[in-house]
Amino acid sequence: MQTLNTTLLIIGGGPGGYVTAIRAGQLGISTILVEGQSLGGTCLNIGCIPSKALIHVAEQFHQTQHHSQHSALGISVSAPSLDIGKSVEWKDGVVDRLTTGVAALLKKNKVQVINGWAKVIDGKTVEVGDTRIQCEHLVLATGSTSVNLPILPIGGPIISSTEALSPKSVPKRLVVVGGGYIGLELGIAYRKLGAEVSVVEAQDRILPAYDAELTQPVHEALKQLGVKLYLKHSVLGFDGTLQVREPNGDTLNLETDQVLVAVGRKPNTQGWNLEALNLDMNGSAIKIDSRCQTSMRNVYAIGDLSGEPMLAHRAMAQGEMVAELISGKSREFNPTAIAAVCFTDPELVVVGQTPDEAKAAGLDCIVSSFPFAANGRAMTLESKSGFVRVVARRDNHVIVGWQAVGVGVSELSTAFAQSLEMGARLEDIGGTIHAHPTLGEAVQEAALRALGHALHL
Amino acid sequence: MGTHVIKMPDIGEGIAEVELSQWHVKVGDLVVEDQVLADVMTDKAMVDIPSPVHGKVIALGGQPGEVMAVGSVLISIEVEGAGNLKESAAPAPVAAQEPPVAPKVETVAESKPAAAAGPRPAPVCQGPMVAREADERPLASPAVRKHALDLGIQLRLVRGSGPAGRVLHEDLEAYLAQGQSNASAPAAAAYAQRHDEEHIQVIGMRRKIAQRMQDATQRAAHFSYVEEIDVTAIEELRAHLNEKHGASRGKLTLLPFLVRALVVALRDFPQMNARYDDEAQVITRLGAVHVGVATQSDVGLMVPVVRHAEARSLWDSAAEISRLANAARTGKASRDELSGSTITLTSLGALGGIVSTPVLNLPEVAIVGVNKIVERPMVIKGQVVIRKMMNLSSSFDHRVVDGMDAALFIQAIRGLIEQPATLFVE
Repeated sequence: MQTLNTTLLIIGGGPGGYVTAIRAGQLGISTILVEGQSLGGTCLNIGCIPSKALIHVAEQFHQTQHHSQHSALGISVSAPSLDIGKSVEWKDGVVDRLTTGVAALLKKNKVQVINGWAKVIDGKTVEVGDTRIQCEHLVLATGSTSVNLPILPIGGPIISSTEALSPKSVPKRLVVVGGGYIGLELGIAYRKLGAEVSVVEAQDRILPAYDAELTQPVHEALKQLGVKLYLKHSVLGFDGTLQVREPNGDTLNLETDQVLVAVGRKPNTQGWNLEALNLDMNGSAIKIDSRCQTSMRNVYAIGDLSGEPMLAHRAMAQGEMVAELISGKSREFNPTAIAAVCFTDPELVVVGQTPDEAKAAGLDCIVSSFPFAANGRAMTLESKSGFVRVVARRDNHVIVGWQAVGVGVSELSTAFAQSLEMGARLEDIGGTIHAHPTLGEAVQEAALRALGHALHL
Repeated sequence: MGTHVIKMPDIGEGIAEVELSQWHVKVGDLVVEDQVLADVMTDKAMVDIPSPVHGKVIALGGQPGEVMAVGSVLISIEVEGAGNLKESAAPAPVAAQEPPVAPKVETVAESKPAAAAGPRPAPVCQGPMVAREADERPLASPAVRKHALDLGIQLRLVRGSGPAGRVLHEDLEAYLAQGQSNASAPAAAAYAQRHDEEHIQVIGMRRKIAQRMQDATQRAAHFSYVEEIDVTAIEELRAHLNEKHGASRGKLTLLPFLVRALVVALRDFPQMNARYDDEAQVITRLGAVHVGVATQSDVGLMVPVVRHAEARSLWDSAAEISRLANAARTGKASRDELSGSTITLTSLGALGGIVSTPVLNLPEVAIVGVNKIVERPMVIKGQVVIRKMMNLSSSFDHRVVDGMDAALFIQAIRGLIEQPATLFVE
């Protein structure tokens, strides 16, 4: 058996793992990265990037179709047709460019990438096939996988998000199980691609992780798109049709060609002998402290493996920090806020505390929102729904949270996160000139409105 | 309710700018009449600014270390009655003269009576250190947080001077300057490599000294000259006088003798008792000998001035030097006592060393430094004898003082000291 020695060994080449490796390489730490599938992990291969690509295809198709019927913009085109095979090919091209890019960055930073499945032996030893790797520091970054429902085993017409992102054809009918962000992003995309889409959600509203005011515009858009919602319905099983239990206890059979199971994700703790480390757990995730250290010295866990919020940008920030810690710097993972974005239509973004969370934390807050109906740029984008909302302390006007829903608001997450990290007050945002005409003006106006003097309302 | 605005007063004659050294109050504090609000510094004098009114502080006009224009708003206090700020006036009062440095006015929104679960009020604090609750997250940008980690500082202990108590980079520096980080820094092993850095902001007195020293060395052409002086005779005289009159008139140090030597020597070298205005290209020779005596204080070097040394007896000089040194060390010296010298005397006392290169106290043209007195074997008339020897290290502004004159001046002082009787023979 071949033995390799390194300072840092990273298991998992997703956003957490590869960023750790790049930063470690920059800091001159000898680093080996082990990845069983493709570099980029879920995010680049079967998550963030391909889903956004598919959403873009769906939106373009939907828009063209819209213009082929009765376009208020005066555009006329003949009814479009879709070659989904080609769409998937294009999406794969985007993914390929990005994963190749990651490989090049790793190489540039002198990171040794080993393809294969890691098996943990102890806190300083990992085996990959017939290679044994000895390390001083071990970073666990194996990510997460879709949660499966035992009554809906993946296979045939029952698919997970992975299959949904590489469709061979667009089904005539699709039932999405789960009204969270993954189910809705894909459900809306499939609807726009032409499928009849229904969403089954056990709770009484969609996107139950967000407050009702914020999800209302999404709810409206689903209605307009013709997505059927089965709220407070739970899945019983599948035998050609999907059986769901109605709120009153009756069983309903939903005729469908495919069932997309999107009921959440769970940390990837199985199948790589993690048990050998006997680490303290936090539910199904590995328990970590504010430096991403596990209960074993020099063993770190980052990203989805360490639990919620399961977001690529969190994993990247953790990875960067861990690499700096290992290089001997004093570091702590202490963000004020981590933005969460839903690429539904309209988009939804949440950064920091919501009004309810601020209240629960004992803060006396001003909550103020500014509607896109009063924003010129939104009108020129044919988008009138949605708003920007700010939550700020009443005593010193320090902003504790931002939320927004509307077309294209995902890009506002940058400004939101920055204002929270810098400790901005309402006056800081109100006093910053926001370019006209942009959606961002609604950000400034929300702050001004909180101060009692919005200009365009 | 009205607002009483206190403007930066004119502390010394013809001073346009004053440095704000320290706040004794913060926004929201209740103050009573005569309570000290702030320390400000001009030239080298520290001055307390008392409150003329009872009331509540609603805004501070600047940050410690900030140089503020005379007449700019120092502090706003909410008072019963009308205050001195007209309601019709703009919310930010305009300074009488246009301030070169725009005062930053910090205000905090009025806090409504907090509910039971309401936010904690900011703890009362002065100086760069403050204790927050363990779970209270200090407001600070990512860069400040990272820097604090690099420096090993617990951010929750650092006072935030920014809006809403935001911790700024400057606050980290102030905290470090206070040396508080040492308490929390892990004890280093004796031979461990150290990578800690301490950042001390140059403000207040230190900034003044730095400016003056830099100014002096950049403008004047320093020329230093060292001469060895036999002080055996004058030390015998000093011991004798102290034995005889010490109890009644006070003990004499060597300084009053040196002051006397300067006074006598300057009669023949008036070009040394002068101020050189290099912008106007004018040298002013002065009849009066105002001797600046460089003195170390807790906040740095100060130069209190013995006025009209030419009219003072030995004991008079001694008493004045002692009084001024005390005042300077305790920070009580007035601005008048700290300015107006015509020549400067500097001494490191027991630490006198062998040679020093004094820096001129511009616009003066000469400074005389005293080194340590040591017993040395000297050859006198072919005999090796033990004598008390001392070096005089002096510097001159070579732009206006020639080397020959400087050497002759020091030789004259040497002659006077080696033959102490000549100090008093008129």
